[in-house]
Amino acid sequence: MKIHIPTPLRSYTSGLETVSVPGATVDAVFQQLTITYPELKQHLFTPEGKLRSFVNVYLNDDDIRYLESKQGTAVNDTDELTIIPSIAGGIICNEVGSISQ
Amino acid sequence: MLRIHYADYEALRAHGEETYPNECCGVLLGKKIAGEGNSEAAMNHVQQIVRAGNTRTDSAHNRYNIAPQELVKIQRQARGLGLDIVGFYHSHPNHPAQWSKTDFAEAHWLGCSYMITSIENGNAVTTNSFLLSGTGEDDKKFEDEAIQIDIAHNVAETVAHNQKGQA
Repeated sequence: MKIHIPTPLRSYTSGLETVSVPGATVDAVFQQLTITYPELKQHLFTPEGKLRSFVNVYLNDDDIRYLESKQGTAVNDTDELTIIPSIAGGIICNEVGSISQ
Repeated sequence: MLRIHYADYEALRAHGEETYPNECCGVLLGKKIAGEGNSEAAMNHVQQIVRAGNTRTDSAHNRYNIAPQELVKIQRQARGLGLDIVGFYHSHPNHPAQWSKTDFAEAHWLGCSYMITSIENGNAVTTNSFLLSGTGEDDKKFEDEAIQIDIAHNVAETVAHNQKGQA
């Protein structure tokens, strides 16, 4: 199945935006993905093997965290996985970083 | 360095004015241009901006979040255009155009540009850009990033013409 890689992680997939990896479940696909591209593993998973909290994974248009079988969900070759890190922030308080310009 | 067209630069600032006193947010699509030699740093060249919705309706005046589902669609849109996500923008209503601890903690797109515009009393004031550099969560950092603004040829001609007329 096809896996779409976000910009920051493409340096670990030889610059590829889309990679094809075989597997019967989301878990199996991820296992194969990190065997083929081992440097991806630490960016996607914690040392305990859990998907990092800021890494979102979509199976077609569905967040895998909300699928009944989650990472155990069965997939086929025509499905697509998209890895998309979260985007958030805001002021919150007056603590800001270095002043530029 | 971040390179962006004047129209896109003005559009993202206008977005911040429209959503004031709440924060706006959006995505920068373009291409990362590799640096030449060892002395030239890579550049994020923005070719299109995409407005995004702020899902933090509970605290939109000081927080922003782009729904992952919307990001997936925007990434798909970028792919169709032959572009990549090269950065993001958001506004700081009545606060400086500097990254906050929250911005840093929740920044995960290494190599991407994070543009911040300060909005004071509804008017866009300063726009800064910060490059998220590093190799991972442990060593990431925001670096001040210069912004190169491209002015369209016809706009530049108009400006030159007007200046000539005033001379």
